[in-house]
Amino acid sequence: MPLIRVEKLYKQYEIAGGQATPVLHGVDLTIEAGEFVAIMGPSGSGKSTFMNILGCLDTPTSGNYFLDGENVAGLSNDELAALRNRLIGFVFQGFNLLKRVTALDNVALPLLYAGLSKSARREQARDILKQTGLENFTLSLPNQLSGGQQQRVAIARALVNRPPLILADEPTGNLDTQTSREIMDIFTRLNREQGITIILVTHEPDIAHYAGRLVRFVDGRVAHDGDVAGHAEHG
Amino acid sequence: MKLLAIPAEALRAMSLNGLRTVLTMLGMIIGVAAVVLMLAIGQGAQNTVNQSIASMGSNLFIVLSGASTSGGLRMGSGSVPTLTFADAQALAQIPSVKFVAPVYPGTAQLAYGANNWSTGVSGTTPEFLEVRNWPLDSGHPFEDSDVRGATRVVLLGQTVAQNLFGDEDPTGKTLRIKNLPFMVIGLLAPKGQSLDGRDQDDIAIIPVTTAQRKLFGNQFPGTVRYISVQAKSAEVMEEAEREMIQVLRQRHRLAESAENDFMVRNLTAVAQTAAGSAQAMSFMLGAIASISLLVGGIGIMNIMLVSVTERTREIGIRMAIGARRRDILLQFLLEALMICVAGGLAGVLLGVGGAWAVASFADMAVEVSLSAILLSFAFAAATGVFFGFYPAQRAARLKPVEALRYE
Ligand SMILES: Nc1ncnc2c1ncn2[C@@H]1O[C@H](COP(=O)(O)OP(=O)(O)O)[C@@H](O)[C@H]1O
Ligand SMILES: [Mg+2]
Repeated sequence: MPLIRVEKLYKQYEIAGGQATPVLHGVDLTIEAGEFVAIMGPSGSGKSTFMNILGCLDTPTSGNYFLDGENVAGLSNDELAALRNRLIGFVFQGFNLLKRVTALDNVALPLLYAGLSKSARREQARDILKQTGLENFTLSLPNQLSGGQQQRVAIARALVNRPPLILADEPTGNLDTQTSREIMDIFTRLNREQGITIILVTHEPDIAHYAGRLVRFVDGRVAHDGDVAGHAEHG
Repeated sequence: MKLLAIPAEALRAMSLNGLRTVLTMLGMIIGVAAVVLMLAIGQGAQNTVNQSIASMGSNLFIVLSGASTSGGLRMGSGSVPTLTFADAQALAQIPSVKFVAPVYPGTAQLAYGANNWSTGVSGTTPEFLEVRNWPLDSGHPFEDSDVRGATRVVLLGQTVAQNLFGDEDPTGKTLRIKNLPFMVIGLLAPKGQSLDGRDQDDIAIIPVTTAQRKLFGNQFPGTVRYISVQAKSAEVMEEAEREMIQVLRQRHRLAESAENDFMVRNLTAVAQTAAGSAQAMSFMLGAIASISLLVGGIGIMNIMLVSVTERTREIGIRMAIGARRRDILLQFLLEALMICVAGGLAGVLLGVGGAWAVASFADMAVEVSLSAILLSFAFAAATGVFFGFYPAQRAARLKPVEALRYE
């Protein structure tokens, strides 16, 4: 059973004035557990829209989405929240950490909604921060950290519930080359050593080369699905 | 443990935004304190008026010398006293009238030992104490025989007794009024302030005849300044008024077309007016204070709306990592509730403290009522919860992706 299967996925946004713009035109895609997939494509081709649907943050206009064998369309809001909490870790381009909350408490937050006790939350968050090399920054606030450090806090937060899937929409978009490389090394390690499935949007060929599979979107359709080598080069 | 996790989260969010929290609370504090204080002052004023009314006696008329027109009072410069002791006796015969007390007042210097005190001395009859519903603290009232004999006996009010005798009981002692010796035969019970703010206990009461003949002299023998009348009941007030006018017109031999040379005033009606205006003032104070509470509530709504809007992205992040809608709602609701309850409590304390300060420094009667406290507190909590809940619900209804996209 694949971790992710989407069939004939359509999405259009209702625009004020009545006319709707189609963004996804029947996407079919299957991703097995343990894969590392890079998604590329021109700006506005629907990559983020697709990722939001995969992350159960948004719903498709039509089509089916099976996550871990379950049809997501039939789930209530609360069930979706629980599903996100259990199965998915998010890494965003803009980090999306809570301001004025320490690194430790940011990382521990998913465990709050999982229902763990405060001491268990802190303990697990500390462990994960150590894994991402931030043991000395547990009490720092986001604005006291560099971009790379903030993204590592965000990755730690995505990992703290030990989800099988990580969705990262342009995680290195705000980072310099050296820092991007460090972040990608973390993703690679998580994929190889812990078998975590990683789906990552990027428009940098260098970044795409960390992945084992490339999916290219053009105008809301999958234009390429397969090898990275030789296909990542036009942004 | 999850039950406590969300409140803890709400508390943390509040402390992270200390200034905003305090500002929101301030609106609540001021609003609640204003309501508690204003209602306390209003209630106090009403109590004072009600006490004065109760001390005045019930179903009272006062009959004054002088003409009245339908438009009001006309005072001739050399207005001749037209009421006599005999008039008072005639009024006492009217069936709807219970007690009648003619009064001949003046001002005199009282002296006892080294102390002296200038006060109003009222010459009257024993019925005066009945009309005014005025018991004695010690001693006994004077009698009709004292009126017939114009004896030199006196009843003292508390203020006069205090100033002349200190804490001693004056009963049985002899003092001097305008240098004439008078025997103190009783001490009046305390009555407090009258409706117009006079000290009713600053008085000495003597037989009317003594006042007329021995103390003040009487230019027109037998006349009195005014007559206090008590009707048998509230129901017969109108009847009593009509009959008194009729009797007095007959006795004064007024022609059909002539105006009254006296005036009958219904003091109970005056009292009701005073009570009504005290109530109106109390109501107005309450209304003004309610406006400040409402403004406080609107302040809370504003800050809550701004806070939720500003934190829409935070809400998106929380939803992305697994918060359910009710987790979000509960957190914001608790934030609003804690702010309002804390602000409301502080407001009640401030209001009660303010009422106490007004009572002790401005020497005003205030009464903090439990219902005023509960009312303003409940309103504060309701405002906060409603205005906190509404924006939070709006945010929690968003799709996570919409909340996350919010800039
Ligand atoms: N909330 C929205 N409302 C309307 N149109 C949207 C919304 N989000 C995205 N779009 C449109 O959908 C298209 C695809 O957007 P997106 O998925 O963000 O593209 P990408 O991530 O590939 O750059 C764009 O044309 C964008 O303008
Ligand atoms: Mg995008």
